[in-house]
Amino acid sequence: MSTLDKKLLRDLVHMWAQALAIALVMAAGVSTLVLAVGAYRSLEETRAAYYERHAFADVFATLTRAPRHLADEIAAIPGVATLETRIARSALVDVTGFRQPLTGQAISLPDHRELRLNRLYLRKGRLPEPGATSEVVVNEAFALAHGLELGDDIAAILNGRKRSLRIVGVALSPEFIYAIGPGDLMPDDRRFVVMWMSEKALAAIFDLEGAFNSVALKLADPASEARVIERLDALIRRYGGAGSYGREDHISHAFLDAELKQLYALARVIPPIFLFVSAFLINMTLSRLIELEREQIGLLKALGYARGTIAAHYVKLVLLVSLVGILIGVALGTWFGLGLTRLYAEFFHFPFLIFERDADVYLAAAAISAGAAVAGGLKAVLQALRLPPAVAMQPPAPPSYRRLLTERLGLLSSLSQLTRISLRHIVRWPLRAAFTVVGLALAASLMIVSLFSLDSVEHMIDVSFSLAQRQDATLNLSVLQDKRVLDAVADLPGVMRVEPYRSVWVRLRNGHLERKLTINGKPAEPTLARVVDTRLRPTPLPPTGLMVDEHVAEILSLRRGDMVEVEILGGWRGAERQDGTARRGAIEVPVTDIVQSYFGLTAYMQIDALNALLDDGPVVSGVHFSYDPAAEDALFQAIKSTPAVASIAMLRLSLAKFRETLAKNIDMMVSIYVGLAMVVAMGVVYNSARIQLSEQARELASLRVLGFTEAEVSRVLLVELTILVLLAQPLGWLLGYLFSWITIQGFSSDLYRAPFVIHEATYARASLVVMVSAAVSALAVRRRIGRFDLVSVLKTRD
Amino acid sequence: MNGRGESGPVPVFSVRGLTKVYRTGEVEVHALAGLDLDLVAGEMVVLLGPSGSGKSTLLNILGGLDRPTSGTVRFRGQELDALDEQGLTAFRRRHVGFVFQFYNLIPSLTARENVALVTEISADPMTAEAALDLVGLAGRMDHFPAQLSGGEQQRVAIARAIAKRPEVLLCDEPTGALDSKTGIRVLEALTAVNLELGTTTAVITHNAAIKDIADRVILFADGRISETRVNARRLAPSEVSW
Repeated sequence: MSTLDKKLLRDLVHMWAQALAIALVMAAGVSTLVLAVGAYRSLEETRAAYYERHAFADVFATLTRAPRHLADEIAAIPGVATLETRIARSALVDVTGFRQPLTGQAISLPDHRELRLNRLYLRKGRLPEPGATSEVVVNEAFALAHGLELGDDIAAILNGRKRSLRIVGVALSPEFIYAIGPGDLMPDDRRFVVMWMSEKALAAIFDLEGAFNSVALKLADPASEARVIERLDALIRRYGGAGSYGREDHISHAFLDAELKQLYALARVIPPIFLFVSAFLINMTLSRLIELEREQIGLLKALGYARGTIAAHYVKLVLLVSLVGILIGVALGTWFGLGLTRLYAEFFHFPFLIFERDADVYLAAAAISAGAAVAGGLKAVLQALRLPPAVAMQPPAPPSYRRLLTERLGLLSSLSQLTRISLRHIVRWPLRAAFTVVGLALAASLMIVSLFSLDSVEHMIDVSFSLAQRQDATLNLSVLQDKRVLDAVADLPGVMRVEPYRSVWVRLRNGHLERKLTINGKPAEPTLARVVDTRLRPTPLPPTGLMVDEHVAEILSLRRGDMVEVEILGGWRGAERQDGTARRGAIEVPVTDIVQSYFGLTAYMQIDALNALLDDGPVVSGVHFSYDPAAEDALFQAIKSTPAVASIAMLRLSLAKFRETLAKNIDMMVSIYVGLAMVVAMGVVYNSARIQLSEQARELASLRVLGFTEAEVSRVLLVELTILVLLAQPLGWLLGYLFSWITIQGFSSDLYRAPFVIHEATYARASLVVMVSAAVSALAVRRRIGRFDLVSVLKTRD
Repeated sequence: MNGRGESGPVPVFSVRGLTKVYRTGEVEVHALAGLDLDLVAGEMVVLLGPSGSGKSTLLNILGGLDRPTSGTVRFRGQELDALDEQGLTAFRRRHVGFVFQFYNLIPSLTARENVALVTEISADPMTAEAALDLVGLAGRMDHFPAQLSGGEQQRVAIARAIAKRPEVLLCDEPTGALDSKTGIRVLEALTAVNLELGTTTAVITHNAAIKDIADRVILFADGRISETRVNARRLAPSEVSW
């Protein structure tokens, strides 16, 4: 090993604390990228493999009842590769020992062949015997949530009759990755069950022998989707088809997609911010660190070492520090990434996991970090190398200080000499002070960008559940009913307030822009499920016209007063009567207002106006209601035996579940980011303080020699650091706001939009972390002032 | 001595009209104000003078650590100012050894390694051990600078300077930070190198007592040579004291 390399290693050992601080900052940057991109790609890859291996369909449709020969006609549509017909119905389910009613989805399994599409992953047990009306395979999440085993029984109201079903198998399905009940906002494994039963048995139960009411298709070419949907719609319309749809409108797929999109946004926005912030800090820190080596650089030059050799020496130093940082970052990132991927995989009920560890992410993270580090180090080395060795070996000429403007104005005449030293340092090296301020501000901004999503989500919950959706539960009827059903619901035990709704599946069109969504019909002045305007005030519904939310308005480029074309796809009597009187033409409706909604794509209309538009009479699709918790048991018991109820959504419970899920998913991500942001803050502050100490060591030691106490001398350093830390806060808040704004742009999907909200507490928390880091670092550095060897500090200089 | 002097001495350095102006902030300092000087092979000269008289500036320019504002410096006929950065580096590496007032050892390297730092990049060096032996430090080779006394550190610096067998040894206040007894040991090391290796040696000092160990004494004032004296006899370092 050459002598220069020995020097390198020993220097590194000597400055281990600073080197480690830098390496950790780098590790924070590297690990965020590795973990976020790794988790995203793993989930994406797992989903793709799951879809592929289990033949997830491309197009779906439900109808009322179609004869089996229709399947041949559908299969003949050009572009259809595989077809699966089945019977699918929702039902209320009762699990012994579970008070609340829950919703089930019964789906048929072919009796004498394998499923062609949406194949099950049978975790345990077996499939039901052909024709067995009391055997069922349930989804794993549900079985786990209730601790149900093979051989256990559940009860379901199927076609108006309560039946006992024995669990013979537990399975997973690509169709229910995101297993969410109708009307629910978040999956709640306890309250939604998928029940796969023998086709023959379901046909018998629902009087659908020789018929089917659900179809799934696999396309030969994904590009043909729109054409196939059009042909399919034309075929199924006669049979009560409610409009077929592709994967993007498939609830499980869409939610999973939104979730992955959000993860992708987190991976795309936050890690690069971390990475570049850490790169910038490392660049700045190493550059200052090597500036301190200027005398040794001068000496090496005096001894006859060539510029290239000297530069290479310091580049090696920087690379070694980077190597440590990158290794820690990669290890940490991979570890966190695996944890996060497992967590999501569990949440999504994937039967298997594919971990993606692509070299490109690692290489990019390493190259950016090491590149920034080398650039920073090299900048300082080259600067020192430019000086003639005689000059480089001298300590830099005493900088010319000047009186501060405020001093000249006599404003600060009461300041002590020591405080003046601190202030003049800042003014003398404005660039250096600015770098420290920017570094500290960036550390604070990382905290803000890591934390703000909690504020946004909290605001979203607050608006959606306290202001808008105030019902406790929603009953979804299996068929449209006259609005007298309201009285029946109001008579249920404990029910305090009821409110009807009507939902109609439509296609809205404005010029060439179109989107499928549900129009919600509501009373003129709803008290439970309210509509809020863009300023978050509850707003009544106008007697005619349509209100759409901001997101829909954006998608369709709609403004208040515009006319929008409404094409009815399903959910109206015409469809249910199967009398062929289905409206084909679209209706023009004015947009009366743009309102706020953070969930789904929403359009509202007064229920009477909607019924009139459809010529349906006073009917409702379901009932929102609030109830007295004291009467809960009796209420649930009554609902469980009400045949007309297709499903029930429990909003309050959804909300609790929603928070629980958030706590698991977002909190883990946020905790990791916050932890890393703290590492960055500590690293930056510690290095700033250490470098400041090195730069001023001689001066501070001289003060000690002059008789100032350790505390007084420390004050020079601490006052300067304090001023810089305080100056950094407003800038940190601003940068945090900007970074957060960039991040939130990636969060929006058709299923939910997070509003951009940052609470004051978040700014305060970010500042607190930076200030505490600063205090800890400052104390560590202050201890070094106590250990100054005064004689040697002064002796080695003129 | 050694037959130099009357039989046409060979100039190692030939300096003509040398000036150097430093600008620090608003202040302009004329460190050298038109200086002529020849140094001949194998001689030991002492440069004497008050602070700011230009001694260190001259030494730095001779050693290729700094460039003159005007005038010429020739090393064996080669004009130093004509050399680029690389040329100057090669010049220092091959021909010049430096000893500084504050030793300028690398604190993270042992005595032996500080010397090896130079022997590794030299064409025909002596071993680090031999160089340290020459300055009387054979027993302290594996000590780090912090474990050595000031005099010992300075002798390591001398060993580092001479290990590559340089033609010239330039010493800036080598005893400046040392007491008399330690200083004498350092001067003994310098004299030994000068006599045994025939290295042309220039020593800057404030200390008038040292002048007697040199062949020639050059006195500086205000960036010029004010006087040159030739010693009839060089005293051994042990014979001087301060």
